[in-house]
Amino acid sequence: MTGVIIAGAAETDQVGKLPGHSTLQLHLEAALNALADAGLTTRDVDGIATVSSPGPVQVAHSLGITPRWMDGTAVGGTSFLLHVRHAAAAILAGHASTVLITHGESGRSRVGASRYAPSPWSIQGQFEAPYGVFGATTSFTIPVLRYMKEFGLTHEQLAYVAVAQRRWAAKNPRAMYRDPITTDDVLASRMVAYPFHLLECCLVTDGGGALIVTSADRAGEFPRPPVHVLGTGESSDAPLISQMADFTQSQAFRLAGQSAFAEARITVGDVDHLMIYDAFAHVPIYGLEALGFSGKGEAGAFIADGNTEPGGSLPLNTNGGGLSYTHTGMYGMFAITEAVRQIRGEAAAQVAGAEISVVVGNGGMFATAGVLVLGRQQNAGRRG
Amino acid sequence: MEDKAAPEPTPDTQPFWDGCAAGELRIQRCADCDQAYFYPRPVCPACGSANVEWFTASGNATLYSYVINYRPAPGFEDEAPYAIGVVQLAEGPRMMTNLVGVPNTPEHLVLDMPLRVAFERRGAVMLPLFTPAGAAE
Repeated sequence: MTGVIIAGAAETDQVGKLPGHSTLQLHLEAALNALADAGLTTRDVDGIATVSSPGPVQVAHSLGITPRWMDGTAVGGTSFLLHVRHAAAAILAGHASTVLITHGESGRSRVGASRYAPSPWSIQGQFEAPYGVFGATTSFTIPVLRYMKEFGLTHEQLAYVAVAQRRWAAKNPRAMYRDPITTDDVLASRMVAYPFHLLECCLVTDGGGALIVTSADRAGEFPRPPVHVLGTGESSDAPLISQMADFTQSQAFRLAGQSAFAEARITVGDVDHLMIYDAFAHVPIYGLEALGFSGKGEAGAFIADGNTEPGGSLPLNTNGGGLSYTHTGMYGMFAITEAVRQIRGEAAAQVAGAEISVVVGNGGMFATAGVLVLGRQQNAGRRG
Repeated sequence: MEDKAAPEPTPDTQPFWDGCAAGELRIQRCADCDQAYFYPRPVCPACGSANVEWFTASGNATLYSYVINYRPAPGFEDEAPYAIGVVQLAEGPRMMTNLVGVPNTPEHLVLDMPLRVAFERRGAVMLPLFTPAGAAE
């Protein structure tokens, strides 16, 4: 265990299409909502973490916070998981007592957002962009054909990841897409980057989220049930997709997961609820295998057999995920907020008796990973 | 229509692009542990040695993985859908590329098919692409 809790967690009032919100506004609205959720004000915050832009200085200044600790770690969509980990270390060290972590992104409306384009002298600019790489759909997706050849994952199994998650989204009024879909619907949707169809790619939305992290010693002081941070992990792989250590597994997921599980002293059998950042349909497959929830090459069948959907043994991406709920660009925050809701018992599609939740985040395609183990009790223990 | 993205060499990558201009695929290997590697950088990723050297690779490769992209990057509008591939060089390292001299369809792009480097002008550099081995050069 880390000795810290998530005392407050919230998203922007709405997620989806928010053309009236700048990127900064999304950060600030989420921050105020998380503070209210924790029963705190900006005066109680002495540490801040977020990605650029706007970055921790602007977010802190906009809220009238003068931090004595800040973290601007920006390694893609998993950054917020790393912020929780870094905040835990800072709180343990006495460098901060109450840390605000914010996310806001105008991914769809692009209000006050910067344009994606690598510099021509960067390694991406020299060794990826000249080949027509254009965002995540053209790079994050590349490993999967190799995986399909090595392990026999079928197009139908890949498509079914989206079907399973839509079943969760149907239970979530805030999800952007809630209508049931079939494997045939997925395979009939427009091709984006073969073998990925539109419904196998994440949404592009606007929204934000924020967390309040503080010492577990204060667990009784807040209006909402504390969510204990039991274990954390982070790692990285390659900055170019072509250099990923192994196209059939995520080394970064595996290493971050091992770290988090060891710190929390849990095994996969202890996990009641799971969030795996689903930028594309193959990512939950890589995540399940990297953390040992299914055998190598078996996760596609595991999902297609219904294990991760409502009624299954391992509820996965219960908000509907990036495929159906929301995906602003750096989705990791929303994976955390859903895990918090599940541990508190207040999720739209609540998993009965969710005591331990694991959040798996990726960043910069498969370049980085963060893993959090969250729990209702301070000590995970073994429950038979 | 915008031009396709063109690389701008840096001091550590200049020998690679100089090789391409000469019609050769020059990559690096470690003089201590013999590990061949790509992308260009001054430290061996296997052992951490800075004692690294350039050599001319064979130009032979196999198709490791790919996607066929339907949403073209600027400059690629007339080519969509086009494949973005990763090839494995005979010497071991992988690199991203485009696949030329072959229809960019799943039927024609079979993983592990043998490929051969070819070069195409892009801005100020010659860009390495790959084509099926045995195709007219």
